[in-house]
Amino acid sequence: MDPLWMFVLAASLSVFLIKLLGYLLPQKLLEGPAISRVAGLVTVALLASLVASQTLGEGSGIGVDARIPAVAVAGVLLWLRAPFIVVIIVAAAVAALLRFLGWMP
Amino acid sequence: MTHHDPAHIRAARSQAISVASAVSLYGLSFGALAVISGFSVWQTVVLSLFMFSGASQFAFVGVMASGGLAAGWAAVASAGLLGARNGLYSLRMSPIVGPGWLKRLAAAQLTVDESTAVGSGQPSLAGNKTGFWWTAILLYTGWNAMTLVGALLGDVLGDVRTWGLDAAAAAAFLGLLWPRLNRGEPIAVGLGAGVLTLLLVPVLPAGVPIVVVAAVTIAVALYRHRVSPERPPREEVS
Repeated sequence: MDPLWMFVLAASLSVFLIKLLGYLLPQKLLEGPAISRVAGLVTVALLASLVASQTLGEGSGIGVDARIPAVAVAGVLLWLRAPFIVVIIVAAAVAALLRFLGWMP
Repeated sequence: MTHHDPAHIRAARSQAISVASAVSLYGLSFGALAVISGFSVWQTVVLSLFMFSGASQFAFVGVMASGGLAAGWAAVASAGLLGARNGLYSLRMSPIVGPGWLKRLAAAQLTVDESTAVGSGQPSLAGNKTGFWWTAILLYTGWNAMTLVGALLGDVLGDVRTWGLDAAAAAAFLGLLWPRLNRGEPIAVGLGAGVLTLLLVPVLPAGVPIVVVAAVTIAVALYRHRVSPERPPREEVS
């Protein structure tokens, strides 16, 4: 089997099984504040980690390019409560424009 | 099903429609990014149909794109860890969905940020049921349709960087993160996780830093919980 397909299916199955688990386990598990606090913070940490690596990661190192101003503009738009899709399109446009003008790699 | 329904049912339904239509559009960017990152149109469509959890899908594609097949298991772990919160949503939605194994199986696949938020935020049980199922079904349909459109567009677009799609991916994660930064604790954890990632990226293989960040966060969160066992606000759903 193509390894890429294997990873696609393994990841999909693991995400589904976690969802299913919540319907199989007894309700009182939710009462433990530790679990929901840890789960909330892990979600925040993973998303922040992805923001950092997708904004600055380049191959196996760190690189500065047009993604930085693009993400900064996205942050301002989010702060102004712009709709999600607008934030994403504007971020892409900022990076594409800076590269088209040759101002940033 | 129309104007005979009580006001709170209609309110839940219109909330479901607006949330589902806004978030579905975002499937466009997932579809395009996945194809441009090297996934086939079929693999992209399967990810949305089977995985169906936006943050996990983006993480999986992002980690695979940066590390290739060598980062495969790290990508699977990232998707699973980001999907962990869905398990808590399932626990919360379980009594609202009610009995019937086929219904619960379908509900499990459709339990994500949006369906939980709308499905647990209504003033009545009937409202919660309406909110959950309407959001779930509309979002599943819209998200998958938009993924297909995005994947077909991505096939035509070609290079990620020319169109700024690499920046769009980063902005997408920021958009998912933003509504969760509502208190001091998550803001501190987010900053710490970002800095730690940048320190780890140059020294670890692609995909591994995010798994280390998750492990460190679990340790820190458990420690903090022992030191100051404050009860977090129940609404961590965005």
